[in-house]
Amino acid sequence: MANKTYFAGLVGGIKSLCTGLGVTFRELWTPKVTERYPENRKENIIPERFRGTLVMPHNENNEHKCIGCGICQMQCPNDSIEVVTEMVETEDGKKKKILKQHIYDQGKCMYCMICTRACPQGAIEFAPEYECAVFDRQALVKTLNQPGSKCAEKPKPAKPAAPAAPAAKPAAAEPNGAAPAATPVAPAADDKKAKMEAAAKKAEENAAAAKAAAEEALKAAEAAPEDAALKAAAEEAQAKAAKLATVAANFQKKLAEM
Amino acid sequence: MFDFSIFTKWLDALMLSVMPEWLTLIIECVLVALGIITLYAIFAMVMIYVERKFCAFVQCRLGPDRVGPWGTIQVVCDVLKMLTKEIFSPRKTDRFLHGLAPFLVITASMTTFACLPWNKGAQILDFNVGVFFFLAVGSIGVVGILLAGWSANNKYSIIGAMRAGAQIISYELSIGITMLTMICLAGTMSFSEICQAQADGGWFIFRGHIVAVAAFILYLIAGNAECNRGPFDLPESESELTAGYHTEYSGMDFGYYYLAEYLNLFICAGMASTIFLGGWAPFVIPGLDGFNEIMTMIPGFVWFLGKVFFVLFLLLWERWTFPRLRIDQILKLEWKYLVPISMVLLVLMALCVSFGLTF
Repeated sequence: MANKTYFAGLVGGIKSLCTGLGVTFRELWTPKVTERYPENRKENIIPERFRGTLVMPHNENNEHKCIGCGICQMQCPNDSIEVVTEMVETEDGKKKKILKQHIYDQGKCMYCMICTRACPQGAIEFAPEYECAVFDRQALVKTLNQPGSKCAEKPKPAKPAAPAAPAAKPAAAEPNGAAPAATPVAPAADDKKAKMEAAAKKAEENAAAAKAAAEEALKAAEAAPEDAALKAAAEEAQAKAAKLATVAANFQKKLAEM
Repeated sequence: MFDFSIFTKWLDALMLSVMPEWLTLIIECVLVALGIITLYAIFAMVMIYVERKFCAFVQCRLGPDRVGPWGTIQVVCDVLKMLTKEIFSPRKTDRFLHGLAPFLVITASMTTFACLPWNKGAQILDFNVGVFFFLAVGSIGVVGILLAGWSANNKYSIIGAMRAGAQIISYELSIGITMLTMICLAGTMSFSEICQAQADGGWFIFRGHIVAVAAFILYLIAGNAECNRGPFDLPESESELTAGYHTEYSGMDFGYYYLAEYLNLFICAGMASTIFLGGWAPFVIPGLDGFNEIMTMIPGFVWFLGKVFFVLFLLLWERWTFPRLRIDQILKLEWKYLVPISMVLLVLMALCVSFGLTF
């Protein structure tokens, strides 16, 4: 206002004040965001990604996905997870580690979600449960696996189904085989860094190839919009490309850490 | 329009017939005082509720809704809490002034409250220099605020009080001049005559057209500053000065400031509706007799309260829209903009009145 003349400043000021008044007047009539909590607990929608409490989903056969590897326990910065396992002998004579108890102390948890990210099986996840208050601290210590549950048999790896997309098929199928081959290289090698670099490079190539394939599949699908199979194939190829891109990014990250 | 003075005169005559004059006077004084205090408390509670709801709605919230239907009992609870709190005064305060200050503020506020014309004939303080009296008594409040800041022996209090002093004394100038503008139009300083003139010849804001509307806006700005509210809440700016001049008050001592703040807002709105919007005068359009009859049937105090709440809406709307000004900006707004403009308006109004350009 200093470099304006007296009247220009006055008129400009009044204009801007009126703009502000207009904004608040409109805001008076907008729907309000207040949640009336105890009354609305039935219809209260908690966002899916809300980190309420850690759960281990079980399917209808009382099976979970946990293999008892204990990675979550090792990763947990607060020591809030304890994985109790035992060794059993399977029918074909192999020794196998199975989960006995997955103990989660919610009182210690800081909801960082490292455990769910670290889990190789996707066995644990955060549920949007929010009424977690209890009177006794011991009540916060929960056993996540249900009594009598067992680990689900691993389903067969899904085949890349792209029957009607000839352009997408070869490209999309190839990285599927290559990426798992690259993964086990990293931890076992002596010359870690070199191998890691190779693996990262390969993963990136895979990702690029998958991306190209996905784009081609998408084009094919767009050219024939009535063909549902083509569309499905394109979507699948896209999903694969995204997954491989994450794998590649992970490799890069690990490489940067080394 | 019902004339409330019929009732008061009847009551007066009735009491005079059974008891001596001095006793009648005392009883009447007590009744009036009780009336003022009751209305004061009720309106303070209503105002606090309205303000909390309004501010919530502007901020996309619902406001108090836990106690009672739509949170209406919340204010009652707050008042009870305030009444039961300990009254505490820190060491090294000036005890006498510290205790005196809230009473000065509340006295000024209550006396100005008594000037409001509620209905035809229902006015507590009414004499020929009513506007002048109103302005004079209203400025006692600033003494209370300055004393509160000084006696508390606290840097926040004194900063808040000095700001309040600078601000209130400055803005009293433009309030005075805008009121003078309207007195120019009305030709009287008595509130009852001002209202009667508006009931007979139309509201001043219509009769004074452009000049009166400008004066009305100016009055609202200056009045808001007088109440230490809105963008002018520097004296208590809670983000910088904890609570400004009433930092060191607790319990009902603080409650007095709280009450006075809200009631000053009410009084400011009441004065705006009295001198601009006709007080208890109904809204009439010359020529439309049927419409006018219906309007006249609505009792005067309903008109008055309706107008007051309309002005209150404007004040709250503005208060919850604008950010707080800095002290130099406040003084600049007053001395560089409001005072010159109000002086120009006064001259314009005088010209309009003398050349017969008003309605």
